[in-house]
Amino acid sequence: MSGVGAPVRTTGPPVPATLREVSRRGRRAWSLPEMDVPPVEVPHEHRREGRVGLPEVSERDLVRHFTRLAQINFGIDTGFYPLGSCSMKYNPKVAETVAALPGFQRLHPHQPEETVQGALEMLWRLERALCEITGMHRATLQPPAGASGELTGLLIMRAFHEKQGSPRAKVLIPDSAHGTNPASVTLAGYRAVQVPSDSRGLVDLGRLEKVVDDDVAGLMLTNPNTLGLFEEEIQAVAAAMHRVGALLYYDGANLNAVLGRVRPGDMGFDIVHMNTHKTFATPHGGGGPGAGPVGVTERLEPFLPAPVVGFDPEGQRYFWDSDRPDSIGRVHGFGGNFGVLVRAYAYVFGHGRDGLREVGERAVLNANYLATRVKDAYPLAYPGRPMHEFVATAKRFRSHGVRAMDIAKRLIDLGFHPPTVYFPLVVEEALMVEPTETESMETLDAFAEALLQVAREAETDPEPLHEAPTTTPVRRLDEAKAARELKLHW
Amino acid sequence: MQFAPHTDDDIRGMLEACGLASVDELYADVPAAVRLERDLSIPQGLSEMELVAEMRRLAGRNRNLDDVVSIAGGGAYDHYDPSVGWALAGRSEIYTSYTPYQPELSQGVLQALFEYQSMICELTGLDVSNASLYDGPTALVEAVNMARSATRRDRVLVSQGLDRRYLHTLESYGRGSGYRIDTAPLSGGVTSVAEVGEDIAALVVQHPSFWGNLEPISELFDSAHRAGARAIHVFDPLSLGVLRPPADVGADIAVAEGQVLGNHLNYGGPYLGVIAARSQDVRRMPGRIVGETTDVEGRPGYVLTLQAREQHIRREKAASNICTNQTLMAVAATVYMSWLGPDGLAEVGSQCLAKATYAAERLGSLSCAELVWPDADCFKEFAVRPGRAPRDVQRGLFEAGFLVGPIADAESLLVAVTERRTREEIDRFVKAFEEAAS
Ligand SMILES: Cc1ncc(COP(=O)(O)O)c(C=O)c1O
Repeated sequence: MSGVGAPVRTTGPPVPATLREVSRRGRRAWSLPEMDVPPVEVPHEHRREGRVGLPEVSERDLVRHFTRLAQINFGIDTGFYPLGSCSMKYNPKVAETVAALPGFQRLHPHQPEETVQGALEMLWRLERALCEITGMHRATLQPPAGASGELTGLLIMRAFHEKQGSPRAKVLIPDSAHGTNPASVTLAGYRAVQVPSDSRGLVDLGRLEKVVDDDVAGLMLTNPNTLGLFEEEIQAVAAAMHRVGALLYYDGANLNAVLGRVRPGDMGFDIVHMNTHKTFATPHGGGGPGAGPVGVTERLEPFLPAPVVGFDPEGQRYFWDSDRPDSIGRVHGFGGNFGVLVRAYAYVFGHGRDGLREVGERAVLNANYLATRVKDAYPLAYPGRPMHEFVATAKRFRSHGVRAMDIAKRLIDLGFHPPTVYFPLVVEEALMVEPTETESMETLDAFAEALLQVAREAETDPEPLHEAPTTTPVRRLDEAKAARELKLHW
Repeated sequence: MQFAPHTDDDIRGMLEACGLASVDELYADVPAAVRLERDLSIPQGLSEMELVAEMRRLAGRNRNLDDVVSIAGGGAYDHYDPSVGWALAGRSEIYTSYTPYQPELSQGVLQALFEYQSMICELTGLDVSNASLYDGPTALVEAVNMARSATRRDRVLVSQGLDRRYLHTLESYGRGSGYRIDTAPLSGGVTSVAEVGEDIAALVVQHPSFWGNLEPISELFDSAHRAGARAIHVFDPLSLGVLRPPADVGADIAVAEGQVLGNHLNYGGPYLGVIAARSQDVRRMPGRIVGETTDVEGRPGYVLTLQAREQHIRREKAASNICTNQTLMAVAATVYMSWLGPDGLAEVGSQCLAKATYAAERLGSLSCAELVWPDADCFKEFAVRPGRAPRDVQRGLFEAGFLVGPIADAESLLVAVTERRTREEIDRFVKAFEEAAS
């Protein structure tokens, strides 16, 4: 039995002092050439007085500091990262190599078109491939993340309805939807109306039909949905929406499951966003960057953000097409997260048609295998066959005083990044597990064993779960204190 | 390329464990009518070697800033980024991690973001920074939304000196949020506002402006405050070693394009949306914010905080819909700012100012060119009116080895000079300009 007598202490390395504490007046890392033109005074009324409080450190200080920070951070390169809804698959190194080519990295966004034909060709071909994958007609590559793609798609929806005479007032979202969906709905000037899930965890078609009227602009859906289940009645859902002239929006967070097997366009969706940082393995950078391309059907093309890439087949040249009178306008300062799109291009064309289909198949296989291995201890929240991820519930451990968060923290001590917890909100004590296709059976087996061990501990000796984690630089952190005694800078 | 590690035996064994006979059965719940019964019309995959060759072909069809000297600006600048920046931000424990939802495993990114927020507060003099937004223009949209929520007003007054990409982005998002945008005209190259109306939520001024000019920013922000409006300052982070910081000139909210802080040009992205504000608006701030706290043993550590503002908690009532941001670019910016320190930052600012001033004087003395705002003060950028169509001049200069721009209007183009340019390059540029413009 652990925890008898001696207090538990973390065995992890400590977090380093901040650079401010390391800083010493007069130390420096920077070097610049001597000024070779006459100096100029800043006009008095604009001149900054005093020095800026940036740290003064040597380059060696800097290197040790950030190396330490990297070492106390967990990435996919560190270990298994089954964070549901985030598709934390291996990020190919070749994508980093090619994105760093000066011919991509050292391009200025204001260069004349004829000097960036390769960049425009890349964007054009990527757009074509993404449209083929999703069954859409055209796409914008401007949105820099999924949420931005959502808002872009909803503004397109709004512009479309306005053109028909009225923007309409409501957008429907399932109760299992990701938080960005309702937040984007509000920003697009709509009212979010929740549609409940039925006992299978799918959109309740009967209830949906009751709330659909001609004031509904559209419905936002993921498929597979956020419970990892395929919405079998998707055609009926689409028909119900289209009957009243409403549009169907596809949140592409779960596109990985159906690559090369099912296309949102063929399911009846009108607008689709993709998260390249999920499906196409562009590194998420500890929070971003991402990219959120949005594809649309033919009738929505005029409303896409401007500019889009154009191709003139006669002159065999690519150009920025800004002459789009019905466009919703610009949604990013320049053409989007180009460097991320280069990586997505490498992923899509590196895998090719069979490779992409295999990605989806193996992601689904891995999730099903893992679910099968652990479902006796962690029952699935809904009975259906999971696709690329599954949502289990840990509510049966509540009687032992154990919560989903305790399980997550214990998994950390066993060497794994935990799954997503407490999402979707419709599942009590949710554990949302997405292994992705790049994990081996051995890793899945090891993770399953860890989960089963934690389940046994939860029932017999929950102490390690409550104490966890103990192997990290810090143990559980006081989030209430952080929000109460705001300390947001040094 | 394929990164899935499954052997045929693995696949058979795993299917069997699931009680399935084939991979197709995994998709049994998909109705036949929506299945794709053909191959995607995308070429077959490539080996890594072939892929690199294809990417080199595409990259090779571009002329990049290793081939031409950049004197271009308009929101993206060729500043020097030291080797140490991406050597550290490029550590894969950082770049292959997700948003720090499990703080005990993410202290590295969390602390880097805490230090980023701290340095943005040091630069701007403001009380609070978030952990990043997408880019400068989308950061402005968020700032305007903060101002609307704070003032409960729905009109925004925007200086005509604001980069039009910012204005256009603001307009696009306004289609959903329903705010109205009015513009304050320029006079002599700087913003003139007689009076800010009582129904204005925010006055937005870019300083240095799109045209490169220093604005009478304190006076403008005073008039905003008299009307009860928020003062939003669109600033250049690298100007703040020499120019008065946003807090000093009266800004309530400051936003910036953080590309200049050690991030690559990348043909427009990924860049870094910087936002900072006074503590009065801390609960209106969008996106992730990192806070310091303690663990159960009383040791300091970092967490995402004030999450009650955010979409995953507040859903349709959230301050913003942002989820994924530009964390990695913020980490690179943190390394870069630490590399510079206070003296390096001041030196970069002084060199930009001196070199831009030198270039402006040389260009202004040509008979084929005219400074658009000869009486305005600048920082690192200014507008020039060549004797010929700006587009032709830009093209001619490119052929001569210089990227200049963007085209500012029908008659003029922008010239931006960073610390990276040498006097010799500027002299050659002026000579090439003379040839291209006459
Ligand atoms: C289902 C779902 N929708 C939308 C999003 C938002 O995407 P992003 O973080 O790229 O803005 C996420 C991200 O976690 C998601 O899981």
